[in-house]
Amino acid sequence: MAAALTSKKINQGKILLELNGIKKYYPIRGGVLQRVQGNVKAVENVSLQLYEGESLGVVGESGCGKSTLGKAILGLEELTDGKITFKDTEIQSLKRREKLKFVKEMQMIFQDPFASLNPRQRIGHALEEVFTMHTNMSSSEKKKAVIDLLEEVGLKEEHFERYPHEFSGGQRQRIGIARAIALNPSFIICDEAVSALDVSVQAQVLKLLKTIQEKYQLSYLFISHDLGVVRYFCDRVLVMYLGHTVELGSVEDLFNQPLHPYTQALLSAIPRPTVQKNRKRIRLQGDLPNPADPPSGCPFHTRCPIAQDICKQDKPAWKEHESNHFAACHFAGQSII
Amino acid sequence: MAETVPLVSSQMPKKKKKQHEFIITAKKLLKNKLAVIGLIIIIIQIGMALFAPMITVHDPVKQNLASSELPVLSEGHWLGTDNYGRDVWSRIVHGSRISLIVGIVAVSLGLIGGVTLGLLGGYYKKLDGIIMRIVDLLFSFPGILLAMLIIAVLGTSLINVAIAISIWSIPSCARIVRGSVLSIKEKEYIMAMKSLGASDFRIMVKHILPNCFAPIIVFATMRMATAILSTASLSYLGLGAQPPTPEWGAMISQGQAFMWSSPHLTIIPGIAIMLTVFAFNVVGDGLRDAIDPNMDI
Repeated sequence: MAAALTSKKINQGKILLELNGIKKYYPIRGGVLQRVQGNVKAVENVSLQLYEGESLGVVGESGCGKSTLGKAILGLEELTDGKITFKDTEIQSLKRREKLKFVKEMQMIFQDPFASLNPRQRIGHALEEVFTMHTNMSSSEKKKAVIDLLEEVGLKEEHFERYPHEFSGGQRQRIGIARAIALNPSFIICDEAVSALDVSVQAQVLKLLKTIQEKYQLSYLFISHDLGVVRYFCDRVLVMYLGHTVELGSVEDLFNQPLHPYTQALLSAIPRPTVQKNRKRIRLQGDLPNPADPPSGCPFHTRCPIAQDICKQDKPAWKEHESNHFAACHFAGQSII
Repeated sequence: MAETVPLVSSQMPKKKKKQHEFIITAKKLLKNKLAVIGLIIIIIQIGMALFAPMITVHDPVKQNLASSELPVLSEGHWLGTDNYGRDVWSRIVHGSRISLIVGIVAVSLGLIGGVTLGLLGGYYKKLDGIIMRIVDLLFSFPGILLAMLIIAVLGTSLINVAIAISIWSIPSCARIVRGSVLSIKEKEYIMAMKSLGASDFRIMVKHILPNCFAPIIVFATMRMATAILSTASLSYLGLGAQPPTPEWGAMISQGQAFMWSSPHLTIIPGIAIMLTVFAFNVVGDGLRDAIDPNMDI
């Protein structure tokens, strides 16, 4: 088990999902005629590949567009621009009917286990509904499938008739996981799936996610702000800042040799039990810039300790600096401590 | 690692099973004295309506001119008789049937229209503007005038009264439902259903509607009071129940001419209307307080 949990080799298998220049803008309307006066650029030009069976972590501070990215992939948010290719099919422009096929393949586990279940629906019925929508099972088959699912995620048959409010946070998240794996997907987006849970429960839910990943050969897009969890759980990590991708690399590379100053600052913010007195921390000054009016050049230059004139003018290119280690910085690799 | 992770005991549900929401609400409602009085009145009225032929001796519409205008507590007619010698108690009891039926029909029709419009308006942003402008338009008419207008078009009868009152209930119901839908549709479980590929219809009917029941129930109870009062008002004006139908408003209107000689002909149906309206209003208030004191009705 330990080996399974610590193996973080990059699985360069088949590409499952490919994002190409994903953009999501929210228009700001104003004035008497409600004309578009500007755009909040929630996700700006994100391109990446996700391989079969891997866990890709997405980290960044709140408002950096990581949840929007997840919802955009699932089609819960309409894209402003870009291409999503899933299993060699472009899915962003499919009609609802055609999309249903892919709905089975892509699922989402939500952040708040107290808000992601309908409070007036019994758990068993909520899970049965998934089968009602996508299969032609008879009601006894559905019930059996639901009980199997409940057992799979560590719940019991007796939970079938209960309402969501009768469960604890961890149990509800298990129900959310059961719902997500019901249709046997190949890709699951975990949107802050464990951040609302106690640390001890977090560990159990993460283990469960690992177990079902191995069993069903799942790929995860693991959105989180908890770097510790990402380091434990993921194979690769994507760092986002203000809707831009900032750095992408394997967990080892990114945590040991962060290339981008923002990543370095994030990593230095991880609390560590240490007796070392003069541990240097990088404190970023100021707030996240307004995404409706992003800075010129590099989006991070307003807060970057090593910013130069070039950063204000030119947007740094997204480059592979080491093998499978990408970053968007003019001075990638330069330490800021 | 092959087996699933077992649950630890701390994750098991608490031993004291949480009570169902309905029971919690009922308990809170029963603590409210005024609401209990209201409930009792409503239950009595429903009993009167259901068992009307069993608790009355006289036919409510049969005239008996030999014993006309008997006062209250006369022998055989404990609430007296009217100018045609019809038993007032019989007429009140049978009148409660009409009030309740018209009220229920009017409120149900109003709910069907209002809930549909509210759901569509709240869920589809594009329809919202149109629907809410129609609602504003309906709101701009004074209620009774709108009802009179509709009856003028449809003709006078109790069914038309119910239709008129229901149309007038639609806008406020639509607004209340729309408000709830707007807040519920942003909830994560709706997002979850969308990500599972649920159709809009399924989301609206199975997931949004059951979650805005609370304001709808409160609205329906309060609307019953208004509907019963409006039925009486319209019948009083001669637009609703036609003689000799035993309707409370119509009874007041007929008794008016004998206000000085036989005041009970107007006072008794007046008390019946007042008690009913009072009962539905306090129960509605109590329900709102029991379900959610911050509810916006």
